[in-house]
Amino acid sequence: MTGPTALPAADNARVLVLDVLRGIAPGPALDALGPHDDLRDTLGLDSLDFQALVVRVCERTGRRIEEDDYDRLADLQGWVELLTAPA
Amino acid sequence: MGEFRMPALGADMEEGTVLEWLVAPGDTVRRGDVIAVVDTDKAVIDVECFESGVVDRLLVEPGTRVPVGAALAVIGRRAGSGVSGGPSPDDLVTGTPRATTAPEPPPGPVPRPPTPRGTPPPVRSPIVRHRAAELGVDLTTVPGTGPEGMITRTDLDRTVLHAPETRRPRLADRARVSPYARKLAALRGVDPSTLTGSGPGGLVRARDVLDSAAPRAPQEPRRSADPRAVTAALMARSNREIPHYYLSTQIELGPAADWLRAHNREVPVAERVLPAALLLRAVVLALGKVPELNGHWLDGGFRPAEAVHLGVAVSLRGGGLAAPVVRDAGTLGLDALMARLWDLTARARGGHLRSSEMSGATVTVTNLGDLGVDVVTGVIHPPQIALVGFGTTRPRPWAIEGQVTVRPVVDASLAADHRASDGTTGARLLRELDHLLHKPEELR
Repeated sequence: MTGPTALPAADNARVLVLDVLRGIAPGPALDALGPHDDLRDTLGLDSLDFQALVVRVCERTGRRIEEDDYDRLADLQGWVELLTAPA
Repeated sequence: MGEFRMPALGADMEEGTVLEWLVAPGDTVRRGDVIAVVDTDKAVIDVECFESGVVDRLLVEPGTRVPVGAALAVIGRRAGSGVSGGPSPDDLVTGTPRATTAPEPPPGPVPRPPTPRGTPPPVRSPIVRHRAAELGVDLTTVPGTGPEGMITRTDLDRTVLHAPETRRPRLADRARVSPYARKLAALRGVDPSTLTGSGPGGLVRARDVLDSAAPRAPQEPRRSADPRAVTAALMARSNREIPHYYLSTQIELGPAADWLRAHNREVPVAERVLPAALLLRAVVLALGKVPELNGHWLDGGFRPAEAVHLGVAVSLRGGGLAAPVVRDAGTLGLDALMARLWDLTARARGGHLRSSEMSGATVTVTNLGDLGVDVVTGVIHPPQIALVGFGTTRPRPWAIEGQVTVRPVVDASLAADHRASDGTTGARLLRELDHLLHKPEELR
């Protein structure tokens, strides 16, 4: 995969995750969310919220995210990397 | 006619204050409609109607504190039933059972002439006498249509309904600003006529006054509708009245975590079970083995409960705490319990908990696992007698057969009422929890 095609995919992934998060924990903290901010700490997500995030992203991407991946999904960057990597 | 009565919105609730009516006489209501807002001292709850009908009369002014079971409103089956229909047991519009009363004959099309004034007519029903006193009706002015001119409840209802405007509650007046809102407005120096009412027909409600006054009076004492203040009052009562004792133990969750992971690998993503649900399930089953900790302390004694109604402490976004109830939690398997946890948490946070979900917890679980703390030493929610707490599950050094290894471990704690149980009983519950969590396949 070349650079120019990978970039839009990363943008799409970021937009998608942010969009899902907006339905779970909307607010100024989300608007200011940086790629390496811890999602649970910054947005106050608990395990139910996190699970909701996983479920909705799976539904929208058609990709099954395993619990073994959860550790990588602590921040937005982790989500983007997971979603842009080959399934 | 059906009576809408003050429901018990929590096992500890003895009285409640009607803050607002969201309906007015003549309004059609459907089962499940939120028709009143009630302050239970613990929370402000949207109270649902249990049957459909037409609001005939409101018996209680907003701001009035009444005991659980008191009639709040009369709701008829259909428009005009207040005068055209006889009472019927299934007109009852509340989930609270009431004493059965002798059926009254439906009123005839033409009421009998009133009993001559000055001669007290026979009144046999204490309910009628009580209702008349409540409504401020002079029974000597009520025509009796019952046997031997006896005054029936229907007579009383009809009299109140047909009473001159001056004697009836000033509903038109109340429709603009509720008395409770007016009282609050006076206290806070707000002119209620300047406010935009959020109630039906632009009714200015207490909430409108509070919302308008809040930014201008930041130093004022917290209002009772503030969840922090309600929690504060309940917890103060708990610590004042309940001699707590506390126990805690560390539970190794290796087998439970492995089992859950394997389970979750097999099911669709949306049906994954979180460790929090597994812990709740274990508490429910452990209470089945130690029923001495499931129930209420009432009237100086322990009243064991027949089923486990599990209060689940949910932290709300922006602060505050709710403890919605999973009723008959013992009948729910792990997946069903997980689904209930999803549903209740979402609605607790969305502010859409209903009166039916606020009452009757027999024990409460608080799980602070997401907050990164190790131990929670809880405060019991009276009149319950126990509260189980969980901290964060972490990898910790753990000795197994003389070898130190790293395992996921959670701190489980119990706060219990020493009037109702002793440490021996409490310790049994924690041992049961530990035992159950080491046989996760039995928690399904």
